[in-house]
Amino acid sequence: MAEFIIKMPDVGEGVAEAELIEWHVKVGDLVREDTILAAVMTDKATVEIPSPVEGTITWLGAEIGDTVAVGSPIVKIEVAGSAGEVAGGDGQPAGEPSNAAGATGVSSPEADADEDTPTPSPSPQGGGELGEPGMKGTASSAASSKADASAPSSSVVAPAPPDTPTRSAPSLEAANRGDPDAGDAVGDDAGPNATTAVRPGSAASGTPTSPSPVWGGVRGGGSIASTGTASADLGSVSTAPAGRASSTTSPLIPRPTGEKPLASPAVRLRAKEAGIDLRQVHGTGPAGRITHEDLDQFISRGAQQPSPAGQQPNTSVEEIKVVGLRRRIAEKMSRAKARIPHITYVEEVNVEALEELRARLNAERHPDRPKLTILPFLMRAMVKAIAEQPQINAIFDDDAGIIHRHGGVHVGVATQTPSGLMVPVVRHAEARDLWDCAREVNRLADAARSGTASREELTGSTITITSLGAMGGIATTPVINYPEVAIVGVNKIMVRPVWDGQQFIPAKMMNLSSSFDHRVIDGWDAAVFVQRLKALLETPALIFVE
Amino acid sequence: MKEISCKLAVIGAGPGGYVCAIRAGQLGIDTVIVEAAKAGGTCLNVGCIPSKAIIHAADEFYRATKFAAGRDPLGISHGSPTIDFSQTVAWKDRIVGRLNSGVVSLLKKAGVKAVVGHARFRDGKTLEVETETGQQVIRAETIVIATGSARVELPFMPFGGNVISSTEALALKEVPKVLAVVGGGYIGLELGTAFAKLGSKVTVVEALPKILPLYDAELTRPVLKRLDELGVSVMTGVKAKGLASDGKGLVIETAEGDQKTISAEKILVTVGRRPKTDGWGLEEIDLDMAGPFIRIDEQCRTSMRGIYAIGDVTGEPMLAHRATAQGEMVAEIIAGKRRSWDKRAIPAVCFTDPEIVSVGLSPDEARQGGIEVKVGQFPFAANGRAMTLQGEAGFVRVVARADNNLVVGIQGVGSGISELSATFSLALEMAARLEDIAGTIHAHPTQSEGFQEAALKALGHAIHI
Repeated sequence: MAEFIIKMPDVGEGVAEAELIEWHVKVGDLVREDTILAAVMTDKATVEIPSPVEGTITWLGAEIGDTVAVGSPIVKIEVAGSAGEVAGGDGQPAGEPSNAAGATGVSSPEADADEDTPTPSPSPQGGGELGEPGMKGTASSAASSKADASAPSSSVVAPAPPDTPTRSAPSLEAANRGDPDAGDAVGDDAGPNATTAVRPGSAASGTPTSPSPVWGGVRGGGSIASTGTASADLGSVSTAPAGRASSTTSPLIPRPTGEKPLASPAVRLRAKEAGIDLRQVHGTGPAGRITHEDLDQFISRGAQQPSPAGQQPNTSVEEIKVVGLRRRIAEKMSRAKARIPHITYVEEVNVEALEELRARLNAERHPDRPKLTILPFLMRAMVKAIAEQPQINAIFDDDAGIIHRHGGVHVGVATQTPSGLMVPVVRHAEARDLWDCAREVNRLADAARSGTASREELTGSTITITSLGAMGGIATTPVINYPEVAIVGVNKIMVRPVWDGQQFIPAKMMNLSSSFDHRVIDGWDAAVFVQRLKALLETPALIFVE
Repeated sequence: MKEISCKLAVIGAGPGGYVCAIRAGQLGIDTVIVEAAKAGGTCLNVGCIPSKAIIHAADEFYRATKFAAGRDPLGISHGSPTIDFSQTVAWKDRIVGRLNSGVVSLLKKAGVKAVVGHARFRDGKTLEVETETGQQVIRAETIVIATGSARVELPFMPFGGNVISSTEALALKEVPKVLAVVGGGYIGLELGTAFAKLGSKVTVVEALPKILPLYDAELTRPVLKRLDELGVSVMTGVKAKGLASDGKGLVIETAEGDQKTISAEKILVTVGRRPKTDGWGLEEIDLDMAGPFIRIDEQCRTSMRGIYAIGDVTGEPMLAHRATAQGEMVAEIIAGKRRSWDKRAIPAVCFTDPEIVSVGLSPDEARQGGIEVKVGQFPFAANGRAMTLQGEAGFVRVVARADNNLVVGIQGVGSGISELSATFSLALEMAARLEDIAGTIHAHPTQSEGFQEAALKALGHAIHI
């Protein structure tokens, strides 16, 4: 037996730390060589960490979202002593810790490690940990079990749990015992399995058992508040005869729309007082009657019960940890908006000539060449305009109070990827021709989307283009890619009526929505820049004239 | 006179209005109730209560008559009985009086201010009441209209003289020798039966093809049989055309178009009741209507904010217990509680001989509603207690969904069966299934066993039939 420690690898690029963005394994998992353990992110590149050995995960050294220094231990793996023993676990699916541990025939240290981990244990209390799906069918089961309490038969299936402090636990136990299948399962000491086997129909047809301790437990719990006694009595009286016949009819007949919910006046009153629409409440009683217990459950779970009636409020709240790329996007956007006073300038551009040229070029292009979009034209126009207004193509180090005006035009292209917004960079656009720009944009976009873009390819832009392309939209208010000072937004090309001095004519029009850092770019200069772009794009020949 | 300002004003102190006012008072709402007549409304003064008193007296007298005839199987015989009907009426009036003062003291105990007089809306927040001492203006945040219903008069045979309504019938000085009853609904038949037992020669004239049109033929059959035994002549499909020229008879037209005259000392007209929507200023507030009734929603709210309506003025069934339940609910709504009308059933009882009870859906109604049903019926002829009470006529019938045995309706006809209406209603409100009724021990020997047996019958295993 050996412990193998995996440390945060040096993911290159001179970074000293990386953010852990995903665990592919959990403690107790059996891993083989090259099984991916985790993913870490440095700036914008994601690196996966494979396992160099075969063994069982015993320790994970970081939470998702933690920034971990290079060289810190992040995973510990128990390596099996001999290949034969490990092979025994090969057939076991990963993610079933207890099975895996049992099948590998691990020796005591490993078993101890397993017991220390919070894996589901097959104890009677295990039922209490079950989620709502398990709870759903249990009330009727519990009810029928209660009904059975009055029956003289007493074929004990399983002993009552020693401690039933909560109401949910005893009812689940009762459910287990009400189900013959579940009863067998309980005999096999498999509590959690038993609850998964609980179906309302089968539970209702349960054979008489002896759940009286449970029934007593429910009563003794007394947590039904003031109506506790009444409902308990009611339950015992009204469900007793029903239990006998419930094998012939399913208690879960969906209520037809518009039909009044079945509930006793006391239940109705309680629901009214609590502001609950009984049509939303699932009835587990005979013929779908809504019992006090159903109402209790509905109240305790916060009205999430699906109803056959369709629309209902969804009050669920999902917590999503903002990690990885999303966190970086969030940070960067916040910084941009917090620090940069944006001025956004929107102008329309008649792209009739440009589109005609583009169509022509695409139609006659050499098969090796990429299909042209608007972007390479815009890039070239920007290069041209920037030559006249170099202050637009800059990095503003606002902490130092220095503007770095770049000679090279490195155009970031905002790209939507499966994991979020990325900005690959077309370097030295001033040194690329139209086709080269197009080729580079395509290559980088593919790399970004497939997650293979390198760190270099994702950094170093001096100005950025953003386009929502086919999504349409008349105008956008782009957020500057901090610490740049300008971003040019492209809106969808639309045919609009244009006044040519005498009449309206249809023309392909495209809006440019561009934002500038008003600290260093005056509104006038921003407008001059955009007007220059407009002139170039409307008369595309100008782009190519040196 | 000084204006009254209050949180709630209730117009009408019938079983809807007075209950609403008492409940509101209990809930600490500053409440005023306005009533021109005596507290208790139609029900207490000229309806349910006095008619039941007269029916009881009639039953007792009829029993004595049977004993006197010497053919009673119990072997009891005595001399021919006589009845001083004015004393009977006085006894009835004392009961009514006791209940009147009971309602008044309950209102007082609940802290409700009673104003005697006729109320009229000035606007949606103000009532003018004509009292003995002058006009009283009441300003209320909330007003409940509980004006009830009024007898329907035949235009060609207005009330007066020998043409009487149930109100006069219950206050006659003596039993009429010959009585014609126009209208074979429950009021006409209850009173017609009573007077027949008191010795009147009774003819019931009904324009429709059957009496008690709200109940199915199975339920009315024992009643018809009994009417026949009592010598009551029931003429269906026959129209009343007017008073005979001498004022001592009723002109009728048969289905064939023949006109005949039935001699009658009194002509009791019971052709229904209409919601009382006039005389209290409905036109001042212009509420939305639903036919002849005031339109209400499931919280008894009318189309005007702050104005509620309950009872007969709001629709069928025009029954006291419906008004009572509405009144109670409205008081709680006004007190800020969340309430709405969620009753599954309103029981209807007909105090004929034998009595009829119906709660929920009849088998036909259920089938018309697209419900596949199973029906269990148990005859009182097989019930020991019914035999010992000489009340073997009739049965209990339980109607349940065929798919899950949920009880959707319970009907019955039989002597004294009105008292079973409570258990019938309870079963429906509790959403009982057949098994619930079958599995509940019903005390022996009682007529209620018939209920359990009917449920067992529907389940396919009745014991005693």
